[in-house]
Amino acid sequence: MFQQQYLMWLAGIILLVVAILSWRDSHNPRRFTTGLFWALYGLIFLIGDWTTQLMSSLVGTPELGTRYLHITVGVLVVIMALIAGFGGVRLGRYHQRSEEEKQASARRLGNRLFLPALAIPVVTVIGVLAFNHIPGLQEAVFGAGNHSTLVTLFSMMIGCLLGWLIALKMTHEKPVQSMQETRRLLDAIGWAFILPQILATLGLLFTSAGVGSAISHLTENYLAVDNRFVAVTVYAVGMALLTMVMGNAFAAFPIITAGVGIPILVLQHHGDPAVMAAIGMFSGYCGTLMTPMAANFNIVPAALLELPDRNAVIKAQVPTGVLLLIVNVFLLYFLMFR
Amino acid sequence: MDNVINLWPLLGIAAIVVGFLLRFNPVLVVIVAGFVTGFAALMPLGDILEKLGAGFLNTRNLPLILLLPLAVIGLLERHGLKERAQTWIAQIKTATAGRLLIVYLFVREVTAALGLTSLGGHPQMVRPLLAPMAEGATENRYGEVSPEVRHRLRAMSAATDNVGLFFGEDIFVAFGAIIFMHNFMLESANIHTEPLHIAVWGIPTAIAAFLIHSVRLVRLDRRLARELDALNGAALKAKGGR
Repeated sequence: MFQQQYLMWLAGIILLVVAILSWRDSHNPRRFTTGLFWALYGLIFLIGDWTTQLMSSLVGTPELGTRYLHITVGVLVVIMALIAGFGGVRLGRYHQRSEEEKQASARRLGNRLFLPALAIPVVTVIGVLAFNHIPGLQEAVFGAGNHSTLVTLFSMMIGCLLGWLIALKMTHEKPVQSMQETRRLLDAIGWAFILPQILATLGLLFTSAGVGSAISHLTENYLAVDNRFVAVTVYAVGMALLTMVMGNAFAAFPIITAGVGIPILVLQHHGDPAVMAAIGMFSGYCGTLMTPMAANFNIVPAALLELPDRNAVIKAQVPTGVLLLIVNVFLLYFLMFR
Repeated sequence: MDNVINLWPLLGIAAIVVGFLLRFNPVLVVIVAGFVTGFAALMPLGDILEKLGAGFLNTRNLPLILLLPLAVIGLLERHGLKERAQTWIAQIKTATAGRLLIVYLFVREVTAALGLTSLGGHPQMVRPLLAPMAEGATENRYGEVSPEVRHRLRAMSAATDNVGLFFGEDIFVAFGAIIFMHNFMLESANIHTEPLHIAVWGIPTAIAAFLIHSVRLVRLDRRLARELDALNGAALKAKGGR
């Protein structure tokens, strides 16, 4: 049976190799902290059931073992955040080839260069379709149960492995060079790489600290408006604003829908709930386009594309987001009360 | 009963907003906001660390999709993938950055609406292929361009991928968001909706998103033409050519 754990181990090993390569890079002014950052991250990926069992046998009960393990990871995350936050992850040197050499191999390899790159999305899609439409295949590979996330990740891993093998054969490079390339791209992304995960964690912390119920309390008590157009506007704009704060439309949707949508738009004005949900969620997505809190869509790509302004992608999206939000208010107003 | 609601955890949101506005490092801002929120809810330090660790462990599949393609993409870049993408787009004489991105937006949105969300993305498509092609198409028309124009094109490429994905995936019936909305309204207020209706009523917004972003891309082309033609004209004049 293929388990999600194997994917984590693969990621952990890649990150540990990157860490070792970083420590050996004497051109990186902060090579020790850069390596430490990737090494700690790699170790966190190696954690699984075996660490929980080990911890439990050390401290006695499984509950206590899990708790100590989570606290240890929490401490590691804080250390990583401090390294990243105080500029401990820097660029090194990656044995890059000259412009002429690149042009020469681009001419030699021609359109074949696209093959491994396109293999990743194409194989992922074929894999997802195959697992969803060939009966018994999912059970055979992953065992019983629902594996929608794992299916995508597994198919993508196959696509990456296939693309990697073709690329190695085509370019006659050694596998270690591909790890140097991984390190080059990871260092370019730098601290932004852990931001999506830390933000998702913050979302969970928000929930257990009761931030959601505090906001619903406020919306129910202070945003109760009678005018239909104003109510529609409050719903759509509120969804976008709260998404900008929380970084995720899925976190904002229940709060605003329970606070304004259901009591006012549906129960008081008898609007169509399906229209409200569809356009409401899309209003949240307009917010996603405009916030650094949605790091994996906005901040990470800016780092990945080596843009000097980390908000450049957000700035490119704001006009689309604002205009579409205005359109959404009118669509909601006219379609919900047909 | 309402009096027991603790509003102090909202301080965490304030910490986020202030931190981002003062342009501190986002990773530090988020971690600090996490501790502020926890302390405001009277959680002990151990509990906050425990939640932080558990959350971080449970979200490990987020960076996976970014990490796995890097070895392939990096290797291909070393052997001229970007250069090849630029040569390829140069063969299409009518190509401009804006037109290329409109075609990509259309394909990305339609495939996402069919549930094929993995046919795109920043590490696999935007960095190695889309952004170099947008840059290549522009250079092909106007010659070498400044780093600022280059950065603007890259940012717009990333933005186009996001817009296509967001406003396409949500009209795919089997997408998690649709089920999520359906379940939420059923459980919280016993309001029954058809998942298909939610998907269908997303279509007007999806079309509007395509139109709005396409118009912006056409305007990007016009602005590039105006700026770069003026720049090239000035350069020619300085040389005494015309």
